[in-house]
Amino acid sequence: MPTLINQRQLLTDQWVHVDDAAELPALVPVLVSLARWQHDRLLLAARQAPLGVLLSTHHTASDIAEHLHSFGLVTIHFPKFTDGRDYSIARTLRERFGYRGELRAAGNVLRDQLFNMARVGFNAFLLRDGQDVDAALAAFRDFSKAYQVSVERPIPLFRRRAAVSA
Amino acid sequence: MLRIAIPYGLLAARQFRKLAAIARQFDRGYGHFSTRQNLQLNWPRLEDVPDMLEALASVEMHAIQTSGNCVRNVTTDHFASVAPDEIVDSFVWCELVRQWSTFHPEFSFLPRKFKIAVNGALNDRTAALVHDIGLNAIRADDGAIGFQVIVGGGLGRTPVIGHVIREFLPWQHLLTYLDAILRVYNRYGRRDNKYKARIKILVREKTPEVFTREIEEEWAHLKDGPATLIEAEIQRIEARFNRPSYETLPVHHAALAELLATDRAFAAWYRRNVHPHKMPGYAAVSLSLKKTGVPPGDVTSDQMEAIADLADRYSFGELRVSHEQNLILADVQQSDLHAVWRRARELGLATPNIGLLTNIIACPGGDFCSLANAKSLPIAAAIQERFDDLYFLHDIGELDLNISGCINSCGHHHVGHIGILGVDKANEEWYQVSIGGSQGVNASLGKVIGPSFAQDEIPDVVGRLLDCYVARRESDDERFIDVVRRIGIEPFKETVYANTHQSATTSH
Repeated sequence: MPTLINQRQLLTDQWVHVDDAAELPALVPVLVSLARWQHDRLLLAARQAPLGVLLSTHHTASDIAEHLHSFGLVTIHFPKFTDGRDYSIARTLRERFGYRGELRAAGNVLRDQLFNMARVGFNAFLLRDGQDVDAALAAFRDFSKAYQVSVERPIPLFRRRAAVSA
Repeated sequence: MLRIAIPYGLLAARQFRKLAAIARQFDRGYGHFSTRQNLQLNWPRLEDVPDMLEALASVEMHAIQTSGNCVRNVTTDHFASVAPDEIVDSFVWCELVRQWSTFHPEFSFLPRKFKIAVNGALNDRTAALVHDIGLNAIRADDGAIGFQVIVGGGLGRTPVIGHVIREFLPWQHLLTYLDAILRVYNRYGRRDNKYKARIKILVREKTPEVFTREIEEEWAHLKDGPATLIEAEIQRIEARFNRPSYETLPVHHAALAELLATDRAFAAWYRRNVHPHKMPGYAAVSLSLKKTGVPPGDVTSDQMEAIADLADRYSFGELRVSHEQNLILADVQQSDLHAVWRRARELGLATPNIGLLTNIIACPGGDFCSLANAKSLPIAAAIQERFDDLYFLHDIGELDLNISGCINSCGHHHVGHIGILGVDKANEEWYQVSIGGSQGVNASLGKVIGPSFAQDEIPDVVGRLLDCYVARRESDDERFIDVVRRIGIEPFKETVYANTHQSATTSH
């Protein structure tokens, strides 16, 4: 079972990933693909349990922007750590569309990328197998400062500095 | 190879001394300046790299974002902040871009590497038109500062002159606009084929018009957001640059005119390697790393230390690296020029060839680089040896000759007045020659003159190109590139291939 970091802690994953062809289990939180959600939207909305959606790296935030209230979890899959599109999806979901729920990175999720993933708005991380968990938890403290605007710190360093010296 | 970042090519003397020490202790006692204004060390042992990085950190240097599919070192004019044609001090804007791009959380895994150049002057000395993004500073009629934004230029296997996607971007919006461009590129740039992954391919596939519209749509969400720049930050960075306290000097130093009239060698150096300065009585000096017999851009640790001494003594302890792979002392008093020249000559750094044929830009080539098809340094050496006569070189005048060992074009052959490209044919090294490329405000890409040549034919080919130029020029002021533009490549082609050695006209 892959390790889940949520809110900087190790947690057990409560969500059940349901394949597109599989039957929906009752009363447990389920994670379905975007295609499944688009196909079974009414059926899924009628369930009495939390719903999560799984995006692939070629999707965009706009694909679910109007329905974010339906989801308790958005998971974005990294096919490989060098595919940087997911960072833009995450940031746009948070900054432009105001998504406040759990935003999870899954797939090729490695220790070295956690710091930046957290900055663009991911707050949960399903580590790839074989990652050192203690090292992963320490990754969020890799750097104390950052120059840019980010989801974590919406005000860039230069404005914070100017505010202090004003 | 360890590539060390030199942000916008600006170095303090103490940093240069540290680089000298690192090259001596961990490498073979020399380094190579690249066309990205960075320093490359070719032979470090992997296990020494942590110690090398620690040594770099002791002088606030690093090797971060010098490789990988991220925003690379931002480059600029090596005469920034001293050039008489300056519009803005581009160092200030480069530093803003450097901060924005350093560990950018969203854009650390782009489809491909990403190169930005900032030009703050009327003349472009940054090759802005052949960068992923080129920014040309503009001062509007009302005094407002902004940037012309050029996207999608580049060299490599698909050379392209960039497209202007915005004529005037007010400075406050610089970073949000960059965010918008990078976001569109990050989303849509090709990731299935690394040879089609640069932004120039995306701009071409979408068309510049559609691409521009998408940038503007993305920017509408980011514009006026918290990343919008503020005056206080610009002033803070300007103050941090700590410009020299210049003395009040006469425009012309009297003794200098006399020295120039009496010392011909000094005068030849002055003519090519001394550049105008915006402050009266000062000049910028190029130390040529293009001495005949030395690979272009190479400098030894001993030279580095001596250059650092020169910088401390004559130029406020600062140095710049030019993208033409030379070093610049930017703030030298005219009265010190003769002393600087004498010392530079002792160090082998006073070859008076800036802007001339032998000021060759070349990548490390097949001797050092695993990607190269062919060697580039022996070609550079053969050309420098053939055309070693200073009077001849000065008569030929301004001529950029650039050599790349493979299609990745690290030697910028596409924008050389004469460009030479190493190609592999049946495991043999051949060289393709193009003419008519140029950098600057009117940047253009060279055209291939015909079938490629064997290594030993290249000096002759260059000689024939020069013969044609000399025969066809209408005045001494008409440069090689001007003649190519006026008469086209055909006459050059005829001269080069007329009665040539068999190998040049066979199927190669």
